[in-house]
Amino acid sequence: MSSFITILSRDLKLAYRQGMDSVMVVMFFVIAVVLFPFGVGPEANILARIAAGVIWVAALLASMLSLERLFDADYEDGSLEILILQPITLEIAVAAKVTAHWLTTGLPLIIAAPVLAILLNLPADGFAVLISALALGTPSLSLIGAIGAALILGARRGGVLLSLLVLPLYIPVLIFGVSAVDAGLGGFPFKSHLLALGGLLLATLALCPWVSASALRQALRS
Amino acid sequence: MPSFSGQGLGCFRGGRLVFANLSFALQPGNALVLRGPNGSGKSTLLRLMAGLIQPLEGRIQWSDSDAGITDDPDLHYGRTHYVGHADAVKPVLTVTENVAFWARLRSPQSDVAGAIDKLGIAPLADVPGQFLSAGQKRRVNLARILAVPANLWLLDEPATALDVDAIAALCDAIAEHRAAGGMVVASTHQNLALTDHAVLHLSDYITEDPALV
Repeated sequence: MSSFITILSRDLKLAYRQGMDSVMVVMFFVIAVVLFPFGVGPEANILARIAAGVIWVAALLASMLSLERLFDADYEDGSLEILILQPITLEIAVAAKVTAHWLTTGLPLIIAAPVLAILLNLPADGFAVLISALALGTPSLSLIGAIGAALILGARRGGVLLSLLVLPLYIPVLIFGVSAVDAGLGGFPFKSHLLALGGLLLATLALCPWVSASALRQALRS
Repeated sequence: MPSFSGQGLGCFRGGRLVFANLSFALQPGNALVLRGPNGSGKSTLLRLMAGLIQPLEGRIQWSDSDAGITDDPDLHYGRTHYVGHADAVKPVLTVTENVAFWARLRSPQSDVAGAIDKLGIAPLADVPGQFLSAGQKRRVNLARILAVPANLWLLDEPATALDVDAIAALCDAIAEHRAAGGMVVASTHQNLALTDHAVLHLSDYITEDPALV
């Protein structure tokens, strides 16, 4: 547990001092969403209809944007090699790094989402569901992404490869995330959708650190 | 204090057999220097000893454990410090923060300030890693292994980029480590001033057997 906190606080410190990463992710999220009113026209009804989907897709892409650096920076400067050789559980180290990734990229997206929802004319009763769905869904995105980020180490053009690996795996989160908001807007019960998102989160939490850690071990053996 | 040894090691890397039938043994206080031309497998052997890669054949183990080092990695990792080619210094963390991070992962009690002082980088303690020269980064990496004791040091070209004073500090640290019963394996082209060390010439283990190649 102390290794979890040590690695988490170091990664947060790195993210805070490098600063730009989180800001760029949020900026990308905002710009990607703002493009839609220009693309589909300013009709309020159409925007309200697609708002949940647009915000979710933009959140997926934004979260993926920063994944490439999750392990790559440590891989390049030799830190990953030394991290693996410490008497700590590598799965816990991975969980700490993913937590730091979510806190620095996922959480800012959740904070920015309501502003964008207003911009897209999302009806007010959808806000709470959208935030809850994002809060349950974005940690899963970071966890699934960690597998891809570990697999691309050492590969050329890793960023493109990463999106090919990870985006298909994001589909379940996207489906339940959007349908939760749609159900909320239509006046239907949305609890089951949120429960499904919570289930996905628990499943990824139980699986991804292990898969990602073994991918890291594999990457350093070559 | 347990001893550390390997028997009948062979390693296959990049489509060729790097070395075969290599054995070594280290008693507490011993030092082993690896020598050989570029590409003779010095780094590969050190990575094998560290547990980063697995040998094709043979086995490395501690005398007080029946398991090979890759079967019981946490015991091995806790006893071993490995210094590779990359210095793992984060550009936005200060020297102290860089050393303290690695020290804290191993033990809540560590002597970070003392380790930094021993390698002569105390005046740089609050300088971010991005402003350090190659030699200073190497000193930070070596301070990491001084901050928390471990039985076995695996040093891959530790003197690279170091100046005369730093090499002397490194040799003092190694001598102190050995006096306390520690073991050292180092690959080096320079002459580290180590007293009564064994030498392993890796060129003796290059196999020409066509059946193996």
